[in-house]
Amino acid sequence: MTTPLLETRGVWQRFGGLIANSDVSISVGAGEIVGLIGPNGAGKSTLFNLIAGVLPPTQGTIWFNGENVTQMPAAERCQRGIARTFQVVKSFETMTVIDNVIVGALIRNEKMRDARRKAHEVLEFCGLAPRADKLARDLIPSEKRRLEVARALATEPKLLMLDECLTGLTPLEAQSGVALVRKVRETGVTVLMVEHVMEIVMPLVDRAIVLNLGKKLVEGKPADVVRHPEVISAYLGDRHAVGA
Amino acid sequence: MDSFTQRRRRDLILAAALAAIAACVPLFVKDVYVQNIMVLTLMYAALSQAWNILGGYCGQISLGHALYFGLGAYTTALLFTKFGVLPWFGMLGGGIISALIALALGYPTFRLRGHYFVIATIVIAEIGFLLFHNWDYAGAALGIDIPVRGDSWAKFQFTRSKLPFYYFALVFCCVAWFITWWLEDSKWGFWWRAVKDNPDAAESLGVVVFNSKMGAAAVSAFLTAIGGAFYAQFVSYIDPESVMTFQFSLLMALPAVLGGIGTLWGPVLGAVILIPMTELTRSFIGGSGRGVDLILYGAVIVVISLARPDGLIGLFSRRPASKGVPQ
Repeated sequence: MTTPLLETRGVWQRFGGLIANSDVSISVGAGEIVGLIGPNGAGKSTLFNLIAGVLPPTQGTIWFNGENVTQMPAAERCQRGIARTFQVVKSFETMTVIDNVIVGALIRNEKMRDARRKAHEVLEFCGLAPRADKLARDLIPSEKRRLEVARALATEPKLLMLDECLTGLTPLEAQSGVALVRKVRETGVTVLMVEHVMEIVMPLVDRAIVLNLGKKLVEGKPADVVRHPEVISAYLGDRHAVGA
Repeated sequence: MDSFTQRRRRDLILAAALAAIAACVPLFVKDVYVQNIMVLTLMYAALSQAWNILGGYCGQISLGHALYFGLGAYTTALLFTKFGVLPWFGMLGGGIISALIALALGYPTFRLRGHYFVIATIVIAEIGFLLFHNWDYAGAALGIDIPVRGDSWAKFQFTRSKLPFYYFALVFCCVAWFITWWLEDSKWGFWWRAVKDNPDAAESLGVVVFNSKMGAAAVSAFLTAIGGAFYAQFVSYIDPESVMTFQFSLLMALPAVLGGIGTLWGPVLGAVILIPMTELTRSFIGGSGRGVDLILYGAVIVVISLARPDGLIGLFSRRPASKGVPQ
């Protein structure tokens, strides 16, 4: 494999006595859809936040596009091409849908007119165009998730990071979410998604990385990963792993 | 896209029409007392517009803007009385000093969130008040009497008529409004609203939250100081009590809150209602009225925040389709 787009090397994160990530090394290649999965408390969200730049890791380095971004603040990483959504949606509630997306588009567009045009394109792409002039707070939950994605895409990222953006949706909504993620990848954007609903992610991702208790457990093709005894035991307990 | 441009154009036309009407009002209103109220109303509309940039758009509620107001007033008065510098340069200088001080104060305080920031602004303004109260060079508690050197625009002094002050206040108000209008559809305007609504999300979209706040503080402080400089010339006597007390900080924030915080028209609407009300209650209740006007404010704010949390501007909602309960 050529140099990966994203790489974490021996990343540790401690919160006081709690070790959220221990020695996690993962890599994501350009053009991939990678799923970061694991049971609750596995350290997925922590790793996600470390990559997004919410806080620097206690130890280890993070590389993006061949550059060490370990100490870089979130805004600067966005400039470099890392965009993210939030597990608990963080819309700009008092702003309209289009204005929410314009905020994202401004990073690559000097002129307001260009940012606005870009935002309209992205809304069209994400199927939110009819809601453009609604206030973000008036959207239904699944639309808010879409808005998160639209806002992130407006920054024209190389890597789109989705934090449980398909969790808690109805099956129909989740399905159209999956379709959207596929569409995003077709435009050449690499996707790293945290999910714990296996049946949604597995058909979607090229590769899955399983975290458990802060450590990387396994990684590989989704079909292999789900059959892996350690993964089954992590999700269901040791009893179930015996037969595998 | 079209509805957006249309709305911006409508705002501009409405503002031009209102300014034209305001410019004609003195032709019919000759009463000096009423003119005085009109000058103050326009001044507070402009000041509140300035406050609204930081407090409304960027969401950094400041209750210490009296500091910048006082700095504007003192810079102008000191430069004029000590060095004979024309008030116009004092005005500009006061604006620049205030903006720089706002940046210096923002550097530590913008790391604070929520209530801590508000408390910090109150404390800092109070420190400013005490410094001027004890600063002998600036007249300490006695303040500065600006000597009358005859009516002229150059010296920005008018003893016979209030009209020049009225027109300056009108221009000041229009400029503050126009700056807000312009910023509303700029990078900064969008960043500020994003920072107010959700700083984490803003940061993730490449907005440098800290810098955005600093920008808003500088613009806001600059405009506020212009107002202070104007006020010094208007009343021609300043002391810490009359330009730097907490009450001024409140008077700058309240019109925006009342009219609609973070909106283009909120400060103007709020000032038009609040300032005449204050002045009238003061004069009706007489000398003992100090404080009664504030009680009235309090009551108005309570009623408004219960009935119209978005401010009075909500009564003229521009977005009937999407406001209120989602269908």
